[in-house]
Amino acid sequence: MKLSITRIGAIASKEFLHLRRDRLTGGMIAGIPIMMTLLFGFAINQDVRHLHAGLADLANTQASRALAADVVATQVVDIVEHRATAAELEELLVRGRISVGLVIPADFERRLAGSGRPIAQLLVDGGDPIVLGAARGLAGMPIPGAAASRSAEPFAVRAYFNPERRSSIHIVPGLCGVILTLTMTLFTSIAIVREREHGNLELLITTPVQTLELMVGKIVPYVLIGYLQVALVLTLGAVLFEVPFRGAVLDLVVGAGVFVAATLTLGLFISTVATTQFQAFQLTFVTFLPQMLLSGFMFPFDGMPRPAQILAEGFPLTHFVRIVRAIVLRGADLEQLRPEIWPLGVFFVIAMSLAMLRFRKRLD
Amino acid sequence: MQTELTPPNGASAEPAIRTHGLTRRFGDLVAVDKIDLTVPRQRIFGFLGPNGSGKSTTIRMLCGLLLPSEGSAEVLGLDPSRDAEALRTRIGYMTQRFSLYEDLSVVENLRFLAQIHSMTRDRRKTRVDEQLARFDLAVRADQLAGTLSGGQKQRLALAAATLHEPELLFLDEPTSAVDPQSRRDFWETLFDLVDQGATILVSTHFMDEAERCHELAILDEGRLVASGEPQELMAAIDAAVIEIEAQRSREASKQLETLPYVQSVAQLGNRLHALVDSNLEEPAARLQHALAEAGLEARCRETTANLEDVFVAATRDRPEASP
Ligand SMILES: Nc1ncnc2c1ncn2[C@@H]1O[C@H](COP(=O)(O)OP(=O)(O)O)[C@@H](O)[C@H]1O
Ligand SMILES: [Mg+2]
Repeated sequence: MKLSITRIGAIASKEFLHLRRDRLTGGMIAGIPIMMTLLFGFAINQDVRHLHAGLADLANTQASRALAADVVATQVVDIVEHRATAAELEELLVRGRISVGLVIPADFERRLAGSGRPIAQLLVDGGDPIVLGAARGLAGMPIPGAAASRSAEPFAVRAYFNPERRSSIHIVPGLCGVILTLTMTLFTSIAIVREREHGNLELLITTPVQTLELMVGKIVPYVLIGYLQVALVLTLGAVLFEVPFRGAVLDLVVGAGVFVAATLTLGLFISTVATTQFQAFQLTFVTFLPQMLLSGFMFPFDGMPRPAQILAEGFPLTHFVRIVRAIVLRGADLEQLRPEIWPLGVFFVIAMSLAMLRFRKRLD
Repeated sequence: MQTELTPPNGASAEPAIRTHGLTRRFGDLVAVDKIDLTVPRQRIFGFLGPNGSGKSTTIRMLCGLLLPSEGSAEVLGLDPSRDAEALRTRIGYMTQRFSLYEDLSVVENLRFLAQIHSMTRDRRKTRVDEQLARFDLAVRADQLAGTLSGGQKQRLALAAATLHEPELLFLDEPTSAVDPQSRRDFWETLFDLVDQGATILVSTHFMDEAERCHELAILDEGRLVASGEPQELMAAIDAAVIEIEAQRSREASKQLETLPYVQSVAQLGNRLHALVDSNLEEPAARLQHALAEAGLEARCRETTANLEDVFVAATRDRPEASP
């Protein structure tokens, strides 16, 4: 028997009807992207104010006091602790009492007059992208009374805990992938289990519908929903956080399409393994967490140990994070991204085959 | 009308279903035990049996939903374990549990199935409208299936199972959640369907429904313990049926159960119904005498068996269990 578009259409439009009736799932389609973009987005908001700061003014001259006053006047930091040494500030930083430490060296006046070395040091909790961004802003502020000929940055910023100083703009495009991984897998992982739990499957498998028609019909509606979510996240990112879009939209449509298909079939496979909707939820999270942590979304991929990298190459999200960042932020085209696209295609074919092998039009 | 489209005449055609030693095990449990069946075409064939007797399992094997552990089946000339796909366009199956989508409306459910059966757009529309009218669901067309009453759900399920006009219809306990009037209407519909050429296999545990079937198979613990037309089964019962009117019927019932030749006693209002070994001579007099000896006054007389008697006689303890 050959595949029937009519039957695939029947399954797909039925899934749409379920979605329309199921307020919670329907709400999740827009709710999760909006919520996560806002949550992650405010974490990358550079306009930070009133961070707790500590001061170690080793010079204690009029000029050094003026510098400290100027720093406070930016409203980025509030000086809440005064200490005598840089080491004491470091200790406060480690304890989490302060997130920025300002060290003004004893030879401050001489540095200010000279040209070579920075005039002061900012100790920053660099593990926190908000703080790191804020400190960078501080470092660029004009220093009153400094020699016009100075070539060096006025402050030396020392970022603790995150020496890589990852650009926070990476977060929003990568977030598209994280959101799609979560919602796409979740929606399809319950797609077949739900029919089984509600007793619909016994009727469905007694009809002439074929396994592949059923699988394709179940993922088609969600591909559209996936595009909707990508558009939503990138639009929010652009409007609220000024995330640029440098590549071609069509390239992203292709890249996201392959990724969404791969993620949806992972969900379908879970749906053929799980016996209850709750199990499907659990398995979804089991596959989601390592993807989020190891894909390069949260932590720089190059910094991970080799075994973790090898494992992560098998995750769809890893490839999509690279694709979406390359297209959105660096304006790359698909031709350049071929090494990231084909693994997604392979993943799709394997997951679909496994799902079809596991799914029998039988009850035993 | 072309001749090859006329439905085959019931008497001459191949049977709709034939099974040989059909068996299904779940682990150690033998759910269906070597069943041999022949279901003729254009008949209502009943499966009568208590819960767990293997009715659903047998039906599932015949639909190709479960593979037999042993034995074979032929359904409309096809082997359901190999030709399930070809079979599925020709059979309808109404599951024991309501299996349509509760969050879809009546008409959405029917449209979905019409599309799954690859009907053309025009055909879909006419068939759905026909079924809505026929099963009295037109006014409920836009109601969500989950909010229908038991009888309405059952009509919808039958409308769905017959949407593609199958030759053979499997109905698994279709009337368990339905009031008596709906049950009567339902059976009228079944006879109409048979008139139009369909064959129906229906499972039930209601005696009055079983009695309406053209033929009956009684299942017990996976075994086929009796089969035939209801009238035949009642005539051929391997026991004498004695009706007893006693003053103290509970005591009389207990007393009768102690007698070795009494197979079973059932109370029907004020009267008792006893099944007695058929080789016993003058059974009514023997019972009356036995009761009198126990100081119980009673009037006993022999009567004809009803289907419940047949069922009780067929499903009582296995022969090897009694002396
Ligand atoms: N999937 C299954 N797994 C294990 N046991 C089963 C399964 N389906 C049915 N059974 C068992 O097989 C027996 C027959 O069940 P079933 O065919 O549903 O009986 P009926 O329909 O007559 O009530 C029961 O004892 C039931 O518990
Ligand atoms: Mg059953």
